[in-house]
Amino acid sequence: MRAADVVTSAFRNAFRSRLRTSLTVLAIFIGAFTLSLTNGLGTGINRYIDDTVASVGVDDVMTVTKADEDAPADGGPAEYDPNRIAADGPPGTTTTALTDDDIETIADVDGVQAVEPVKEVSTDYVQHGDGDRYQLSVSQFVPGMKVELAAGAQVDLDAADPQVVLPESYLEPLALGSAADAVGQTVVLAVTDGTGTQVTTEAEVVGIAEPGVISMAGAVPNDALAQTLHDLQAEGVPAAQAARYAQASVTFDAAAGEEATEALRDRLADAGYTASTLQDQLGTITSVIDAIVLVLNGFAVIALVAAGIGIVNTLFMAVQERTREVGLMKAMGLSSARVFALFSIEAVVIGLVGSALGVLAAIGVGQLVGGVAGDLLANLPGLTLIAFDPVTVAAVVLGVMAIAFLAGTLPALRAARQDPISSLRYE
Amino acid sequence: MAPPLISVHDLHKTYGSGPGAFEALKGLDLDIAQGESLAIVGKSGSGKSTLMHLLALLDRPTSGSITLDGTDTSRLSAKQLNRTRNGAFGFVFQQFFLNAQASVLDNVTLPLKIAGVPRRERTARGLAALAQLELDDKAGNRANDLSGGQKQRVVIARALINRPRVIFADEPTGNLDTATGAVVEDILFDLNERQGINLVVVTHDEELASRCDRSLYIRDGRIARAEVAA
Ligand SMILES: Nc1ncnc2c1ncn2[C@@H]1O[C@H](COP(=O)(O)OP(=O)(O)OP(=O)(O)O)[C@@H](O)[C@H]1O
Ligand SMILES: [Mg+2]
Repeated sequence: MRAADVVTSAFRNAFRSRLRTSLTVLAIFIGAFTLSLTNGLGTGINRYIDDTVASVGVDDVMTVTKADEDAPADGGPAEYDPNRIAADGPPGTTTTALTDDDIETIADVDGVQAVEPVKEVSTDYVQHGDGDRYQLSVSQFVPGMKVELAAGAQVDLDAADPQVVLPESYLEPLALGSAADAVGQTVVLAVTDGTGTQVTTEAEVVGIAEPGVISMAGAVPNDALAQTLHDLQAEGVPAAQAARYAQASVTFDAAAGEEATEALRDRLADAGYTASTLQDQLGTITSVIDAIVLVLNGFAVIALVAAGIGIVNTLFMAVQERTREVGLMKAMGLSSARVFALFSIEAVVIGLVGSALGVLAAIGVGQLVGGVAGDLLANLPGLTLIAFDPVTVAAVVLGVMAIAFLAGTLPALRAARQDPISSLRYE
Repeated sequence: MAPPLISVHDLHKTYGSGPGAFEALKGLDLDIAQGESLAIVGKSGSGKSTLMHLLALLDRPTSGSITLDGTDTSRLSAKQLNRTRNGAFGFVFQQFFLNAQASVLDNVTLPLKIAGVPRRERTARGLAALAQLELDDKAGNRANDLSGGQKQRVVIARALINRPRVIFADEPTGNLDTATGAVVEDILFDLNERQGINLVVVTHDEELASRCDRSLYIRDGRIARAEVAA
């Protein structure tokens, strides 16, 4: 028998007992549907996070903070240390702030290419021309990070003139016109210095950021602007307090690979600092989502295994019913291998139909849910709650077909082993 | 004289083993000439079907040899046995063994499908075989919807579609009334005479046996006597 004939015969045989096959297909359908949906959820959310990380476009920078040495590793309470009170600095100074000494220590760690303290600035307001004043936070997760732009360009880190990328939501309040109009205009930023005086500086708007997780944090300055604001703010602040940073950005060689990065992280840990890349920070979310999806997938797989037992049952009945037919075909010279193929492909067909329908239904439901969720989660634009990755979809279909094949082997073996004469004698 | 098509020597067949063993055939010798029609006659349980299954290479003898066309069949591999049964033999059973849901044409072309003949050729040859049995107008019907006599004619069409050298028939008219049975008999003997296809017919029916070139009477697993038609 030709392979094509085996497949078409198996297809036809699968639907000879329509009701029985439909019920088995339904069981497979439910499993495949659930599996696709839970996978889709994981894919959708993780893809959004990945896109966010990728859009930042900085993978060679670590955020370094001072490790709290007293905190035990297992998360329990820290032991009281009487010497700790003698820590230098004015009251309220946390021992976890980085000083200039720390910055130097970090710079000396092997593998650190550059270290830059992150200058915290808290702006009072932003103003355009004589318009109303609005609060604005200026943030830079990591130097050189990119945001999704509606218009203009990213800030130029090396530029001598202060530049800023504003979130899209500031266009209307500041009367900047359209995103394109806003580019090239100048805005005024105000900070309060150490003596309590409010001082202002100007910055050029070079780009308008689209809404997203990163740009929700506020405006992105270039180094010149960050420096200017920091200097203005530090005016009149005691020197000991001025040179304190919550964190520092370390540039390293990302091309050296995971292991080198890990080694650098360990060396920094030995020196008393905690380092994390942006990927690490968002990666925690990803792994939580992965864990949830894994549990949900577990349930779907249990459903699929149950459906697989349904296939075993269906096929055993089919083999029983077709005892004489199989006997006749074997008498007519059909090899046992072909008989095995006929029945196991029949099982695979049931798996294929069930899983294809399940996946299609899941994609349909995903589309529907996506529409509803889009309205509910409007401030996370770009998030597709349930996304379908062709590879995962194919993996679900192929996986179900593999389960179906395994389920089919037992009945198919029984059919293949049938002796033609006793089959023909079978009443 | 031409060498025999099938030659059987000292054939034994024992079912089961140990105390429950049953010796169905107890040493048979038999030559079947090319183009001969042979009837195997005997009481129920005498071993007629057992002998036919061995001759048709559906089962292996416990001892003894069956030579087909000069080849010792015990030396054939499973694959060669399958090919021989598919290409050289046709089968007609008392029960029709038709796939009730499939079309008449699909039932008739099953041996060709097993042989791996392309669909187009299968259809052409299937229609020709059905025409030979005056059933071509039923080609598209479901096999289930035919009368008993029509079904047995479909079975014969299926048996001769691969242009076999031997048609093995186990009680071919057992399920049919006398008139329809006679029609089926006529078809079989016509094939034997015109196309030289060997017939091996297992039957209770003395009259059917007498139409064959030779009748073999089996009793308790042995050949009791052989009658050659006048
Ligand atoms: N698989 C088997 N296991 C055990 N005994 C068997 C088996 N097949 C056949 N027999 C026995 O062998 C003997 C011959 O059986 P066979 O089917 O050849 O008889 P038969 O002459 O064709 O009878 P009938 O005319 O009723 O069809 C019977 O006694 C039967 O019970
Ligand atoms: Mg019998």
